[in-house]
Amino acid sequence: MIEHLAILQVVLPLMAAPICLVIRRTQLVWLFTLLVSGLAFLISALLLQQVMTSGTISYEIGGWQPPWGIEYRIDQLNALLLLIITSISTLVLMAAQTSISHEIPAAKQKYFYVLYLLSLTGMLGIVATADVFNVFVFLEISSLSAYALIAMGKNKRALWAAFQYLIMGTIGATFILIGIGMVYQMTGTLNMYDLSQRLPEVAQTRTVLTAFVFIIVGLCLKLALFPLHLWLPNAYTYAPSIVTAFFAATATKVAIYLLIRFVFSVFGFSFSFSAIPLQPLLMALGISGIFIASTMAIYQTNIKRLFAYSSIAQIGYMMVGFSLGSVAGLTASLLHLFNHALMKSAIFLALAAVVYRLGHVRVSDFQGLGRQMPITMAALVIGSLSLIGVPLTVGFISKWYLLSALLDKGWWMVAVLVLLGSLLALVYAWKVVEAAYFKKPIPNKRVVTEAPLSIQAPLWILIFANIYFGIDARLSVQVAQSAAQSLFGVSL
Amino acid sequence: MIMGHFNSWVVIILMMIGLYIVIAQGNLIKKLVGLTLFQTSVFIFYISMANVDGATAPILAQGITSYSNPLPHALILTAIVVGIATTAVGLALVVRIKAAYGSIEEDEIDAIDKQEG
Repeated sequence: MIEHLAILQVVLPLMAAPICLVIRRTQLVWLFTLLVSGLAFLISALLLQQVMTSGTISYEIGGWQPPWGIEYRIDQLNALLLLIITSISTLVLMAAQTSISHEIPAAKQKYFYVLYLLSLTGMLGIVATADVFNVFVFLEISSLSAYALIAMGKNKRALWAAFQYLIMGTIGATFILIGIGMVYQMTGTLNMYDLSQRLPEVAQTRTVLTAFVFIIVGLCLKLALFPLHLWLPNAYTYAPSIVTAFFAATATKVAIYLLIRFVFSVFGFSFSFSAIPLQPLLMALGISGIFIASTMAIYQTNIKRLFAYSSIAQIGYMMVGFSLGSVAGLTASLLHLFNHALMKSAIFLALAAVVYRLGHVRVSDFQGLGRQMPITMAALVIGSLSLIGVPLTVGFISKWYLLSALLDKGWWMVAVLVLLGSLLALVYAWKVVEAAYFKKPIPNKRVVTEAPLSIQAPLWILIFANIYFGIDARLSVQVAQSAAQSLFGVSL
Repeated sequence: MIMGHFNSWVVIILMMIGLYIVIAQGNLIKKLVGLTLFQTSVFIFYISMANVDGATAPILAQGITSYSNPLPHALILTAIVVGIATTAVGLALVVRIKAAYGSIEEDEIDAIDKQEG
């Protein structure tokens, strides 16, 4: 049993998805989905523990030896990502039944869970597999279910957002497919570790260079790097609140994982950073993403959209750390990946609570909410503080590591820009706080009470995680650091 | 130059036509047609890559020693299924968009969205 954990992780939600269809009562479907996600979380925790104590796990599917068969390979980086995805998924699901009861018609709720599990399968599969074609297949499994999930939003604009995402997402995935084909053409293998052995021989050919560029561009589309982010704001704004909370914390993270995997493990650090000017490119796009997306966020009147733009800005921070090309920079990126998952899922869950009570999340709706929904608003404020990077929250830890990585390299100009970017975060977060606490409630007879416990509980677990990992960051830093070190170990 | 890379040229031309349609056309169905064309060009790219000069189909038979590579065929079979699923989801969305907006023209949908603030 224990040696099959790597595959069980992916198969479990995949098998559970069709079973949801035969369960009659929605309540039971929800409990079943929650159970499956919880089990997946348990498995990923076991996997992480196993990886930390006894090193990389390699699993041969069907007993076919790699590189011929498909291999699942779990090292520290995968294990960390698996843990992030499954834990966020489980916490978000706890609130799902309550939240979607107001947003999705009763007859369709069952399909929501089916799609949710399929999307989860896709993400876990992308992370677990060591076969590049398998990556493409899982990428499409998670994306296709994501389009359908987003289209379930109440507003008709959700449909239009989902369609635009479908077009952009498919172009991105097809770019990756082209890249994979070219790489296969040159090496005759699809296994990531076999590829990393064989690619250096043909690294000077134009085909490999073209493949690299196709894969990078495709992934940047998927991870919504500025200026390829256009699909994200609408998709996050109009998707059901639970879907936003789940995707904001995981979907783009998985794409960033793939970028790290391809750049460091498959193509190798020295090729990736010398074949094309990756460093200045990602650095410039990251910085402009931080500034432009944060500025856009300030001008939004829909709070969900505001935080969607903030997500694009946060991707910028991860890219800046990544583009440093140093162990410290990569550690900072991985830390921020973990920390951002915690804060964004908390923030979007708090917004889900507001949507549950009010139906929408315009800035004007927030007037007086500080008194009407004090517990939810407190959570939102702590989440926003974490986003800005105030000490004692996870946001501070990631900013701290990013800044010290930048100063290590002597890039103090960029460090100043990163700090200025945080000030912009302060401005847009303040906008929410101001509306909630410093404006009188709209004088109509709307009675707004605190959100139900089923949303509050997971929300506060996430908030405590935000504070806990902000004070005692040993665990997250240790995992991120050793993952970053082993990535550099592979390539150097 | 052209005949030697005949398949590659076909792939590139189809790919560019597809991508152009996706970007330039405002009609959602046409966009999906472009997207499918774009994906199909990649299928041809994979299939051409599997070809070995003078070899036959990868079926074991007496007297034949050289076969074309069956792996890209298997891969692209999967990719075709993915492509069909994408088209199906896309078309389903178009049906819902038509019902919600009463139009499948990009500019009209944007105009309706803008009107309703």
